[in-house]
Amino acid sequence: MSDFTVEAIELTRLYGGRAAVSEVSFNLARGQVLGFLGPNGAGKSTTMKMLTGNLAPSLGSVKICGIDMIENPKEAKKLIGYLPEMRPLYKEFTVDEYLTIAARLHNVPGKQIKKAVETAKARCGLGHMSKRLIENLSNGYQQRVGIAQAIIHNPTVVILDEPTVGLDPIQIRDIRTLIKEIGQEHSVIVSTHILPEVEMVCDHVQIIDQGKLVFNGDIDVLKRQRMGNKLLLGFNNMPEVAAVAKIKGVAEVELTEENMMRVAVAEGETPHESIVKASVRNGWGLYQIAPDQTSLEDVFVQLTYQDGESAAEETAA
Amino acid sequence: MVISIARKELKSMFSSPMGWIILALLMFAFGTYYLNGINNYFEVMSGAIRPAERVGVTQFVGQTVYGLASFLMLFAVPLLSMRLISEERRNQTLPFLFSAPLSLIEIVVGKFLGLVAFLSILILYIGVMLSTLNLWSDIDFGYILSNSLGLFLLLASFSALGLYFSSLTSQPVVAAILSFIALFVLMILDRFFAGDPSSTMAQLSFMKHFQSFAVGLIDTADILYFVLFIITFLILTIRRLDADRLRG
Repeated sequence: MSDFTVEAIELTRLYGGRAAVSEVSFNLARGQVLGFLGPNGAGKSTTMKMLTGNLAPSLGSVKICGIDMIENPKEAKKLIGYLPEMRPLYKEFTVDEYLTIAARLHNVPGKQIKKAVETAKARCGLGHMSKRLIENLSNGYQQRVGIAQAIIHNPTVVILDEPTVGLDPIQIRDIRTLIKEIGQEHSVIVSTHILPEVEMVCDHVQIIDQGKLVFNGDIDVLKRQRMGNKLLLGFNNMPEVAAVAKIKGVAEVELTEENMMRVAVAEGETPHESIVKASVRNGWGLYQIAPDQTSLEDVFVQLTYQDGESAAEETAA
Repeated sequence: MVISIARKELKSMFSSPMGWIILALLMFAFGTYYLNGINNYFEVMSGAIRPAERVGVTQFVGQTVYGLASFLMLFAVPLLSMRLISEERRNQTLPFLFSAPLSLIEIVVGKFLGLVAFLSILILYIGVMLSTLNLWSDIDFGYILSNSLGLFLLLASFSALGLYFSSLTSQPVVAAILSFIALFVLMILDRFFAGDPSSTMAQLSFMKHFQSFAVGLIDTADILYFVLFIITFLILTIRRLDADRLRG
């Protein structure tokens, strides 16, 4: 037995001769929310299908709470709740009917089905939609039904494939809160290509590109990259690049657009105040100083468009 | 677990108008033939003077109704079976079943039983309808039982074949047409080999085996034929779905 809820061991999936996913290994502990990042076609969904037993891996194995998915699929699947990318909804049923079927198929004991359905509806904010046909629900509500279906049997591992696609901002916020909430008791794997989302809900991140895992680590590593590393400055009277570069703690200066520059901060330094003081002293007319919001995307681009291994090392350092 | 799937299939059959309409139309057709059968019985029997020409009312009316049933079901079963798997494929709802703690055998058998349960409603209806003849006559319940069993096995075989064709494609209509053609060929196969009663090909025909039930004879060889036919197509369906998981 191990403490990990999900263990993926060198998962490989070949389509013809091409590897859609190759040698992906990772572990997930209870109470962790894992964000699965990657550009389109990187192999996120394929990996998730293998984790949930919808697709047989060509090589490697998956263990859910120590139970092997290939040798003992029934036991392993009991512990998983899965929302695929395309919502698997039977549109001819009402929300209640559909969730009852989901509960029954997931071995929820007869007497507890009603309670399980009520709880799942309450958690996903579906209470007032009980008697509506799924077909007539809006996109966002259908997505909620999809999530309710995945958590109805109180699984140890919840796997959600792009749960916030196509939702309006308020619904996205609700669903993120829900994911966080689920993440407190269960292990959650969320795939997405929206970077800020990962930062908001996940405490562990994996970046996958062309079937290979290029980054696997704590969200803090990425956060530090984003928050502490670079500053975006705006001046009314553009100073010399060299003058800014002289300020203590500034490692690198780069001009971006008109009257803006991006400043890389040296490790462990906070040059913010010095920059403001210098601006006041020299009359640069500072009107903006902010952490560079694009840098997480930069990290992502860096990781996915460089050679995998060196990028992973760079980020981890 | 098998029951849960069967219940789900039954429920979805009745949640669309399709199930109700097919049920209503078929019952209307059977009812009409039943009434016609009774009317004709008196006309024909009053003309039949020699004892050899006389048949019982159960057989006379039963023949028309069960004959019609086996023929009409040729159209009805593909229409009902087409959506079992291909629609799930098209709506991408199969992962819902695959990620639940169910084996493929349970999924396939459950779907099969769901459809068979639906069709059993019709068989039961025909049985009850013919039994009402007993109100004014003394009817042959053995004949009704054997025909019901025959029809049940026939329809179950239709369903198994329809289920298999439904698993091959993601277009329900294609599944319906394919299974109709296959069923039709299997139905009339014995006519092509009518000249040679010992032909192996003729033995494959549904009609060849249904006929003994139709005259009131329950033969284990015929039961075995239907059971083997059903098992074969259920296994083929399971293998087809397993290929999905392996090949993706």
